[in-house]
Amino acid sequence: MSGFPILSVMLLVPLLGAVACFFAQAQMARTVALVATLVNLALGIVLWANYDIGGDQWQFVERANLFAGFQWALGIDGIALMLIMLSVFLMPICILASHSIEKRVGEYMAAFLFMEVLMVGTFAAQDLFLFYIMFEAGLIPMYLIIGIWGGTDRIYASYKFFLYTLLGSVLMFIAMLWMAREAGTTDIPTLMQYDFAPSAQTWLWLAFFASFAVKMPMWPVHTWLPAAHVQAPTAGSVILAGVLLKLGGYGFIRFSLPMFPEASVQFMWLVFALSMVAVVVTSLIALVQHDMKKLIAYSSVAHMAIVTVGLFAFNVQGLEGAMIVMLSHGLVSGALFLCVGIIYDRLHTREIARYGGLSINMPKYALFFLLFTMASIGLPGTSGFVGEFLSLAGIYQVSSWVAFVCTTGIILGAAYMLYLYRRVCFGEQTNADAAAMPDLTLREWVMLGPIAAAVLWMGVYPESFLAPMRADIAALDARLARVKPEGDARLWIGEAAPVQIDEHAAHGGAH
Amino acid sequence: MDLTSSLGLVIPELVLALSGLIMLLFAAWGGNDAARPVSIASCVALGGAFFLVAPSVCMGLSGADTIAFYGQLRMDAFAGLAKLMIYAAAGAVLVVAPAYFDRIKASRPEFAVLVLFSALGMSIMVSATDLISLYIGLELTSLASYVLAAFLRDDDKSAEAGLKYFVLGALASGILLFGSSLIYGFAGTTSFGGINVAMADGLSGGLLMGVIFVLAGLAFKISAVPFHMWTPDVYEGAPAPVTMFFASAPKVAAVALLARVSLEAFGSQPFAWQQIVGFAAIASIVVGALGAIGQDNIKRLLAFSSINNVGFILIGLATASVAGASAMLVYLAFYTAMTVGSFVAVMMLKDAEGNPLETFGDIRGLSSTQPALAWCLLLIMFSLAGIPPLMGFYGKLVVFQAAVEADLIALAAVGIAASVIGAFYYLKFIKVMFFDEAVDRAKGKSDVAHWALLAIATLVISPVAWLGTGWLGGLADNAAATLFFAG
Repeated sequence: MSGFPILSVMLLVPLLGAVACFFAQAQMARTVALVATLVNLALGIVLWANYDIGGDQWQFVERANLFAGFQWALGIDGIALMLIMLSVFLMPICILASHSIEKRVGEYMAAFLFMEVLMVGTFAAQDLFLFYIMFEAGLIPMYLIIGIWGGTDRIYASYKFFLYTLLGSVLMFIAMLWMAREAGTTDIPTLMQYDFAPSAQTWLWLAFFASFAVKMPMWPVHTWLPAAHVQAPTAGSVILAGVLLKLGGYGFIRFSLPMFPEASVQFMWLVFALSMVAVVVTSLIALVQHDMKKLIAYSSVAHMAIVTVGLFAFNVQGLEGAMIVMLSHGLVSGALFLCVGIIYDRLHTREIARYGGLSINMPKYALFFLLFTMASIGLPGTSGFVGEFLSLAGIYQVSSWVAFVCTTGIILGAAYMLYLYRRVCFGEQTNADAAAMPDLTLREWVMLGPIAAAVLWMGVYPESFLAPMRADIAALDARLARVKPEGDARLWIGEAAPVQIDEHAAHGGAH
Repeated sequence: MDLTSSLGLVIPELVLALSGLIMLLFAAWGGNDAARPVSIASCVALGGAFFLVAPSVCMGLSGADTIAFYGQLRMDAFAGLAKLMIYAAAGAVLVVAPAYFDRIKASRPEFAVLVLFSALGMSIMVSATDLISLYIGLELTSLASYVLAAFLRDDDKSAEAGLKYFVLGALASGILLFGSSLIYGFAGTTSFGGINVAMADGLSGGLLMGVIFVLAGLAFKISAVPFHMWTPDVYEGAPAPVTMFFASAPKVAAVALLARVSLEAFGSQPFAWQQIVGFAAIASIVVGALGAIGQDNIKRLLAFSSINNVGFILIGLATASVAGASAMLVYLAFYTAMTVGSFVAVMMLKDAEGNPLETFGDIRGLSSTQPALAWCLLLIMFSLAGIPPLMGFYGKLVVFQAAVEADLIALAAVGIAASVIGAFYYLKFIKVMFFDEAVDRAKGKSDVAHWALLAIATLVISPVAWLGTGWLGGLADNAAATLFFAG
């Protein structure tokens, strides 16, 4: 693989596809978009297959001096690899899920493909400013996707999404300029080893936190998320929940933790406090929703809070758990939004009360929905369990109280998800139109099947996903070792009980 | 330094002056029929001047060889780069104006002549290294501009714009002159180099007052807060091509002049003016952003947008460093492209009879009736808002980079946070065009020249232009370095 600029090609393919779609007719654009995303998925699989686990930390590195002041620098480690895989895996499914879009199909597909360019670019960027450009440019297509193809309240939602995220990011931008001046480089791997003065770290950490907390989103700056999710078209929600929310977590693991370790410990309790509130409060809010998408949106906030506590546990379990929760949530919440989209396409309402008893007339749909519901709750055997278990095991080493509060979130999660499932799929068929809905079509099978397989794979054999990240997480853990906080759990393995050797029996044989 | 070599240095200005005079005669005898030939010929003259100036920029000329007329003017790379932008913007105005005036049957050849003289004045402004030549250039530009603002004599709004611009402009010129006389009185010289030396020993109260008055006068010309009040009224009242001209070329000239005065004449006492400039920068960003929110008229909104942009440019000046001056030039280059693009697009908005449309209500749902125009405007608006990967972001990147390097972190943080307010009304533009139901009022066809200019402007601010940043940055760095040449 050496020499072949596979990451640049992965950016170029959807970009060319976007340009082609922009000028194409509706049917043509659908085909072009599907082909471009499938090609990128194939390239992603090639990338994973050629990723040398245990090799260099940064692989597939590309460097080119194209611009003034910063570089076209790409390269991935295991963490970035997994998130890129998540993006390219979800994209073809999003394109398939956009079947019900009738208005301006070419521009819609172009926006999605451009989104893919930026997502892959964000994860692969190795230059501070290149990262920022990719990170921030995602606002443009997402603003248009929500605003043009969204629901009735789309304008308010699109403004809120745009301005919230922009305000968070610009402060990070100033911090990046300062870092580039202080360290004399914009190269991210170098910056990850650079030790900023602890007093400066405080400010830098806060500036980055302003951006990532909004993106994540953390309580109390999460309010853009339910608005955006509810109004966005189905595929928009999938991308938003599946990948865009991961940008916040990626930011923490790539920037905040390795670059500002002292400040991360300093603000550890801020993160814990916000996360604990988020887990409990948003779970309770989710419990009373009448709108399916809003319910899943609030559950996303709760899951992301598990990610943040995992990240700030400063140990290997927490970090690995946070990564798996991110990947798992990307798949599961994406799939749940697809499930909502499937019945929305049939009945054109997201009102939970309008459904009921779907397991009678849509048994296959009910099966998939059940699987993803269970994965969201964290049932063993699904991906959700692995991530949440590791995260909570990690945080327990730091603070048993945080672990305790966050665990209640799991219980509440089971409550609102099962309650949702009961109202939608079980019970009497009270609504005649809902009872007449047909079961899954082939297209919907193709959308849900691969996600279900990935969820089970990650649940049963998470090692496939953990292995590429292990070395990177170990390196991060080593970087954080000097600031690792003392835990309250006092986990230690007691001295082994002296083995009682039966003197008599031992000697008895000799006689 | 004899007269011949001085004349040799000012050949571009001579070309403009002579062609301006000749065109004036054509205009006087040719009547309204001469409008089109005169504007084409003026465009050619500007093009000629452009290519005469270009070598000095590419070679990064500086030093004693560039001084003309015994220190009155300096034809260095800094002046050259500013002139390139001025000529390009003025040329663009001449390209789009005839069609506009033809449509409203107000086509007169004086327009092109006035633009030529104004461009000549701006040329002198950016090259001036003496308070006297500064004033001559400034007044030549301003007098031509007053007439241009009132170009539609029969239109009340245009006449009002001309009068407002004249009265306030004359006041500003008076303030500037008063400041200049104070400086002359206390420094004993009008040359920038001499003032610099005189100030190096310390800043007397009289000199400080002079500095303040000169800066106030120039702040009026670039419409920086708190001297911005005239801008929305003049921009709204003046005919669209004139507004496009005001928002682009004179702004470049006045900003370049301000940079030269601040960094060369007052360069030995940066602390005397850095705070003033910093305040004006933040105030412009905030007022420009807040003022635009309630506007319904597109030209008025763009007026506030230009105030907002001047704020960002002034952040570059507030650093008082080479990097800051270079960043200003880069920002100006993209600002000019965005301004030209947005005003050309505004001119392309007209109903079936060809009457200009100027309010948000008229462009609702433009994306479904005129998709190409709407998408170009979308890119320009995101660029003005400073969203990557468009080039408006690159302008902000270099300016804020310079500010952070000069340790003006608070200024940078406040400035960029306020830019989010600005993003709101640029988004409104996109919301109206893309999210609202179509009203299909903008039906008028536009000619090739408009489309071509819009396409060029859009290309300049599109992500493709990232590849040119190295080249542009190099030019701007060289140009900015000539400012700090001790002479």
